[in-house]
Amino acid sequence: MKGFLKQLKEGILDNNPTLVQLLGMCPTLATTTSVKNAIGMGLAATVVLIFSNLFISLLRKFIPKQVRIAAFIVIISGFVTMVELLMKAFVYSLYQSLGIFIPLIVVNCIILARAEAYASKNKVLPSAVDGLAMGLGFTFALILVATVREIVGNGTFMGLSLFGDGYAPALLFIMPAGAFLTLGFVIAAVQKIRNMGQDKERMEKLSKLEEEAEKEETV
Amino acid sequence: MNEQKNQATVTENFYDGLLTVTPSPHIKHTATTTKVMAEVLIALIPAFVWGVIVFGLNAFLMPAIAVAASVLFEFLTQKLLKKPVTVGDLSAAVTGLLLGFNLPASDSYFLPVVGAAFAIVVVKQLFGGIGKNFVNPALAARVFLFLSWPDKMAAFPAPFDRAVVDAVASATPRSGAAVSLMDLFLGKCGGSIGEISVLLLLIGGIYLMVRGIITWHIPVAYLGTVALITLLFPQGGGFFDPSFMLFELCSGGLVLGAFFMATDYVTSPITGKGRLIFGVGCGLLTVFLRYFGAYPEGVSFAILVMNCLVWYIDKLTRPRVFGGARHGQ
Repeated sequence: MKGFLKQLKEGILDNNPTLVQLLGMCPTLATTTSVKNAIGMGLAATVVLIFSNLFISLLRKFIPKQVRIAAFIVIISGFVTMVELLMKAFVYSLYQSLGIFIPLIVVNCIILARAEAYASKNKVLPSAVDGLAMGLGFTFALILVATVREIVGNGTFMGLSLFGDGYAPALLFIMPAGAFLTLGFVIAAVQKIRNMGQDKERMEKLSKLEEEAEKEETV
Repeated sequence: MNEQKNQATVTENFYDGLLTVTPSPHIKHTATTTKVMAEVLIALIPAFVWGVIVFGLNAFLMPAIAVAASVLFEFLTQKLLKKPVTVGDLSAAVTGLLLGFNLPASDSYFLPVVGAAFAIVVVKQLFGGIGKNFVNPALAARVFLFLSWPDKMAAFPAPFDRAVVDAVASATPRSGAAVSLMDLFLGKCGGSIGEISVLLLLIGGIYLMVRGIITWHIPVAYLGTVALITLLFPQGGGFFDPSFMLFELCSGGLVLGAFFMATDYVTSPITGKGRLIFGVGCGLLTVFLRYFGAYPEGVSFAILVMNCLVWYIDKLTRPRVFGGARHGQ
């Protein structure tokens, strides 16, 4: 249980696939025009991550090293096809607004990176949990970026109007350039929060050193 | 300890004036950032005054708000990031005024504030402050505003029309208003606050050249390229059309851009040769964007794109060290 929580924290914050590892930039920039799209994209990728990690971990001893990447891609694309068909059947409007980016989950580097770095080397249960943690981290990052972009660029949150008709949204934020700007600021903010503890320690060390130096000077 | 120090200063004073040995540079100039920026501000005044005469109070308020907001944001960011405060060098004021020149004389007073925030905080300070921004802050802010609020950025009031309280978008020369070439040259037409009078901008630009603030390379290469292409290949087809060429040269923000935006020290090449390449590139892109682009004007995009190539132009046109080997030898 403790390991499970640690893995979750790792995936969502300390080793967040999007905000810290900077993987999966394409869907992050392209599908975060609205929070709804971001949640849809994030969950679709999470489902694929969990199952591809699970099956790659199950098959890790059968897959020859030389062809492992190709084998991973076959497994991943199988699950992506399933997710795509399911979305087409049950959430058709989301399927339409995400468009080409659903089949493109096949080449999402987060999924391949987790397969290569984790699932092919670890047991089945931890691999599935890793898929879940990384997927949630990806979803979390997408929602963060999409929240900023949708509120600033469209004046809405989850499709609900926030400021009334008097608000003129900054259209740039739902354009591609706005995606880059927002992502940069979100990464900077998350980095600041992650480093807060370390910053404090560093500052304390520094002030201690300064005090010692002052003491030496007076002596 | 103290005695040693005293001895050192004594010997220094003794040799001072007899023999001065310093590392290069040996040629010194009295120019400071503040002086250069003050000259640019002086050069911009005629066009600013003309804007106020043509469009009235809002043409004064928009640039004034932009200048005030730029200076304020520069001060606040530098305080917040615990950097030395350099508001006094006037560079933020120049950025603000140039941004104000690019705005319509409407009553959307949030435009200069948001634009100044983007120019100073995002484009300038986050990249390290003065001298380190990779594109022109005022232009980047203009494009930011233009893409974010296209309708508000195009709400140009008609010239000399004080009766209209709400700014109703009127056509500018670039969006189809019929204006004679003479009126266009003198600035009796609609448009952004500071871009309308070609004559006054030319006076300002020539003043800067005479004072040695800018060199001729970029404006001449830029305007020359635009003139050549529009003369030989007018937009509607045909060949050799001087009146079309003059219209293209005098309309829009071309003259303002060529003299005041493209010549920004930080975002233009260092050598004369590099500046010529830079100017030609700006000219080509401007004409292509005007001919084939979705927007009526292409000056700001052209200069921003060329800004991004400055490091490469500088690398290509690096002068040979005196006495050093030639390229490829």
